[in-house]
Amino acid sequence: MKINVSREILAGELRDKVKELSAQNLLACYQCGKCSAGCPSIEAMDIMPSQVLRLVQLGQVRQALASKTIWLCAACQTCKVRCPKGVDLAKIMEALRQVVLRESANYVQPNEIPGENLEKLPQVALIANFRKFTR
Amino acid sequence: MTDIAYMPGCTLKTSGRNFDETTRKFLELFGVKLNELPDWCCCGTTYSLASDNLMYHLAPARNLVKAAESGSSKLLVPCAMCYNTLRRAQDLILNDKEKRDKLNDFMDKEKTKISGDEVRVMHLVSFLKEDVGFDTIKAKITPPPAGLKAAVYYGCMLLRPNEIAIDKHPEDPSIMEKLLEACGIETVYFPFKTECCGSYQVVNEKRLVVSRTAEIVKSAFRNGAELIITSCPLCYFNLDAHQEELSRGVKYFNTVPVMYISQLLALLAGVVEGSNYSLHAVDPRPLLRKKGLLA
Repeated sequence: MKINVSREILAGELRDKVKELSAQNLLACYQCGKCSAGCPSIEAMDIMPSQVLRLVQLGQVRQALASKTIWLCAACQTCKVRCPKGVDLAKIMEALRQVVLRESANYVQPNEIPGENLEKLPQVALIANFRKFTR
Repeated sequence: MTDIAYMPGCTLKTSGRNFDETTRKFLELFGVKLNELPDWCCCGTTYSLASDNLMYHLAPARNLVKAAESGSSKLLVPCAMCYNTLRRAQDLILNDKEKRDKLNDFMDKEKTKISGDEVRVMHLVSFLKEDVGFDTIKAKITPPPAGLKAAVYYGCMLLRPNEIAIDKHPEDPSIMEKLLEACGIETVYFPFKTECCGSYQVVNEKRLVVSRTAEIVKSAFRNGAELIITSCPLCYFNLDAHQEELSRGVKYFNTVPVMYISQLLALLAGVVEGSNYSLHAVDPRPLLRKKGLLA
């Protein structure tokens, strides 16, 4: 993974946007990895939750946004409750998703969900899913 | 009869109606009448985490307005997802004056402005502990003669974040186990009891949920569970609906029936109505008959 860091990159608008939307001190994370260790979706992720935050810290927000990781988050809050520095990573993941959703398209297309799934799934699953993955 | 304001949530009216029905019937035994909030709406789960998205807090806020207008000091919420969303929205309204004012201003057609302290949002289990009392419940229960080993699966929404946790030890909770043990049920520890089931990923990333379900159910089984008890309609669905495909595809996978806590409590108190067993993918009736809980 090649990373370019410079004053311009660190002063980027996108990083500020993530900071604002999540209301978190992104630099408080010291990469202990407890969040990744507790994450239930980790087996399906391409980069670990703690690595996503590292990328954002280093101004590499586009790389973080391109990961599968932010869309595999189940908002279970395990990362948030275990962080020794009080960083709310769940909010940071939400901020990253919101940046993509507000900029471009929905991650999930509700009208493309097969009819039989719509009947089988409990509403709470659909509501929560659309809350997280659509504008 | 004590009247308590009640928020079932949308799912408890459809696929989770066993939870709704058995909760009402069980609480009736203790003189508690649940009055649904008039004109309640979906709680809008999950709680929005973006700092600027007040629109997403309107759904829980409106329910809190209805709760304030109900005159009840408590709002009983069995659904873990509604509980989590309503509690966190309430905390936001209580603690953030600017957002509270904006929300109240936006809801200008509502008769009541809320400050967030009008009603105590209580999960069913907290209500059973504090307002009914485990000893009072124990007196109405007949423990199953053949014993029963249950694993309590808490999931996330009842325990995280810490501010809303129904147990003061959210990493190793025991409140539901204590309730079941007071009823003569043996509870088993298993390490996945507070691990997320995958939640809403079931819609578009089903493989992840099937994988989580496999881990959780296998662990419960290996630790001796005959039954898994839950308090969330999404956990219930995730753990129940995927066991059939798991037992076809995964070696040494043993199905374990899943039930809502109120379903089990109702049966222990001798109330057989309220559960529609066709809503279960893994039928708990063979186990319940074997244990003398069902004829």
